[in-house]
Amino acid sequence: MTVTAVRKDPEKLTVTLDAAFEASPERVWQLWADPRQLERWWGPPTYPATVTAHDLRSGGRVEYHMTGPEGDQSRGYWEILEANAPHRLVFRDGFADADGRPNSDMPINEVRVMINEVGGGQTRMSIESIFPDAAAMEQLLAMGMEQGLREAVGQVDAILAEDVASTPGR
Amino acid sequence: MFGALADATRRDIVRRAIEGEEGVAELAEHYPMSFAAVQKHIAILERAGMVTKERIGRRKVVRTNLEGLRRARRLLDQYEELWRGRVTRMSALVTDET
Repeated sequence: MTVTAVRKDPEKLTVTLDAAFEASPERVWQLWADPRQLERWWGPPTYPATVTAHDLRSGGRVEYHMTGPEGDQSRGYWEILEANAPHRLVFRDGFADADGRPNSDMPINEVRVMINEVGGGQTRMSIESIFPDAAAMEQLLAMGMEQGLREAVGQVDAILAEDVASTPGR
Repeated sequence: MFGALADATRRDIVRRAIEGEEGVAELAEHYPMSFAAVQKHIAILERAGMVTKERIGRRKVVRTNLEGLRRARRLLDQYEELWRGRVTRMSALVTDET
């Protein structure tokens, strides 16, 4: 199991995942810094990503689109707020129109990545996602689901049912 | 709703209001700030749908909207799944070479 810890804060609307890799920080940084590698993990196999612009410096931009099984495409971009190879990357992930312009009707979430050597040839990567509000999160996840997260929906329904059952009556 | 929970005092109010027993004046006593300032925080939370004011007998108490928090929790669960998938693919990429 590569994911070593997950922290979720429903009040602050953040999710943090810690992951461990048997590799150097430089190698882990390449997952983000090399657009061809980024393409191989950003989207699920059913919605692969194609990176069309990639300037991983603070103030720089990354542009991509994801292509679905029906040939449908959705465009996104990153606005790089901070890039400090191989340790720290902070960016805003947003949606773009068909012509590549940021779509301001869609929510933006901020992602903070920290990469650190922990010894024994291992590197820890911590990914923190911050949402502006619950509505934004819902919208983002609705998109995420279209992009290959459908299998999670059944689980969510189960949790929903559980929640209703355990709600104390007033 | 933007930023309603980005403030430590407001998060604390949300925690205290889970019990749903205190009114604005009682809540205000917990914080080293004016009644008006606390009232303002509660108004922001109310607009964001994080708390409601409910009349219980003669009193009006502030109560956390638990369904709102649960919804946030469920959404975070799904977001976790999305990133777990990504990390699994990253790991496969890194291991491929070794």
